[in-house]
Amino acid sequence: MKQQAFEQAHGVFWQAFEADLLLLEQGKSLGQEAAKALPARYRQICQHLSLARSRHYSPRLAERLNELVLRGHQQLYRSGRPLLAQVGHFLLAGFPAQVRAEARLFWLALGLFALPLGLAGLACFYSPEFIYSLMPELQVDQMERMYDPAKRALGRERESDTDVYMFGYYLMHNTGLGFQTFAGGMLYGVGSVFYLLYNGLILGGVAGHLSRLGYTGTFWPFVAGHGAFELTAIVLAGQAGLKLGAALLMPGLITRGAALKLAARPCVTLILGSALFFLVAAFIEAFWSSSAALPAALKYAVAGGLWAFVIAYLARAGREASHGA
Amino acid sequence: MLDTRTALETPEGIDLNLTVAGPIPRGLAWALDFLIRLGIYIGLILVLAQLEAFGIGLAMIAAFVLEWFYPVLFETLNHGVTPGKKALGLKVVHDDGSPVSWNASLIRNLLRAADFLPAFYALGSLISAFRPDFKRLGDIAAGTLVIYADKPPQAHALPPGEAEAPRVSLRLAEQQALLAFAERAPRLSPERQAELARLLVPELAARPETAVQELLAQGRWLAGPTR
Repeated sequence: MKQQAFEQAHGVFWQAFEADLLLLEQGKSLGQEAAKALPARYRQICQHLSLARSRHYSPRLAERLNELVLRGHQQLYRSGRPLLAQVGHFLLAGFPAQVRAEARLFWLALGLFALPLGLAGLACFYSPEFIYSLMPELQVDQMERMYDPAKRALGRERESDTDVYMFGYYLMHNTGLGFQTFAGGMLYGVGSVFYLLYNGLILGGVAGHLSRLGYTGTFWPFVAGHGAFELTAIVLAGQAGLKLGAALLMPGLITRGAALKLAARPCVTLILGSALFFLVAAFIEAFWSSSAALPAALKYAVAGGLWAFVIAYLARAGREASHGA
Repeated sequence: MLDTRTALETPEGIDLNLTVAGPIPRGLAWALDFLIRLGIYIGLILVLAQLEAFGIGLAMIAAFVLEWFYPVLFETLNHGVTPGKKALGLKVVHDDGSPVSWNASLIRNLLRAADFLPAFYALGSLISAFRPDFKRLGDIAAGTLVIYADKPPQAHALPPGEAEAPRVSLRLAEQQALLAFAERAPRLSPERQAELARLLVPELAARPETAVQELLAQGRWLAGPTR
């Protein structure tokens, strides 16, 4: 068949297909009949492209058909459900189930975080100098002033507009740190391990040091509540990062690239869950923990409830759903 | 291989041709996006600073969302194109050429933090420079490619005139040679044009005197209608 005859025979068909593609690309939907016929028409055009190439029709024609195929491909091969439908499933089942599915990495991340936290806490509690090995003098000084009960008593209750300021600050700073912990997993897990250890050391050091100074009345009621979400979020970000690292270090029988791509989907679930926990933590920290007027006993009671919720959520949520699926 | 065309086989057994974008255009696109974000930050701070601590808090929330999710939102809602990428004609797609999904976009953009190490995307640039598909770490994990959205322009600037189909069916290389002749003809002297065209006299052109015009007409036909 000569090219001209070929073009004449199918030109209308191509134009109609292109018109429908244009509609789809503008986000409009086709009629039911046209939508059903689209895959068959796409395959037809794929065949035309093959023919055009094997019969050495002009490069222009092949280029045009290639463009149609490319655009058709983009419309046919889409992945994923609508976002909103996923959110509910994610919260009620997907995320906690994913945490449990990678339980070993969770315990590993928890160990890498909690162990230095405990050790640094003890070290700083019993030795007045140890905190200076962890952070510069200026920072220690700042921290001491922040929680000094003598100064607190004089200070006024923070106004609600500074609460929003603190929320923004915690959100930006802490969640950013969580994302970095995750991304560090790309360095064969080393980055995640580093951030887990480092954050454990610093947080443990601060807690130990302030307890040694006897600032327990200001420090512990403040951190107990949001700690449930914030500390867990750090571990979850670490878990996601370790998952990336594990895919690189132990790909099994597939290539590292393939292992990484397989790990990516669960990692997204974990890191989104972690980000959500950071968000909740920042909210509690800014609007609840910082309020100095509330009695410490109430704060401890609420903190107990929050910890129980986090543990129950991660341990139980979505169990039935995951069995059903 | 000097160019960055990659062929990608679809389930229908067709090769899609994609042109992968290198570190320089991608870096420029990033810089543009960064400037846009910077502009937004400055605007936000100027406006929100009026509200003092409350406003700065809002600005920090906005900065957090923009810094981490600006590319994700554009890539997923705008067919893989951020404003910077649009300016450079780039686009993000999956390895199989399909539009980038939320998951893939989140992975590739959160892992920017790894590509950024130790400073200014040094690691990401280094790794992408060693790969034929120019992927940075985030692209490797997410399974995404950054490609040129528009095909390289087909510059068939032919002298205007009649178009006529070739008298025999030609193979691809022959068609390309004919096109190349038609494109370059205006830059050759008339004598040289005639000399070259005469070589094809019995096969493609009827008479030596009009050989040049006949070949040009066929070249125009091969190049397709001018828009």
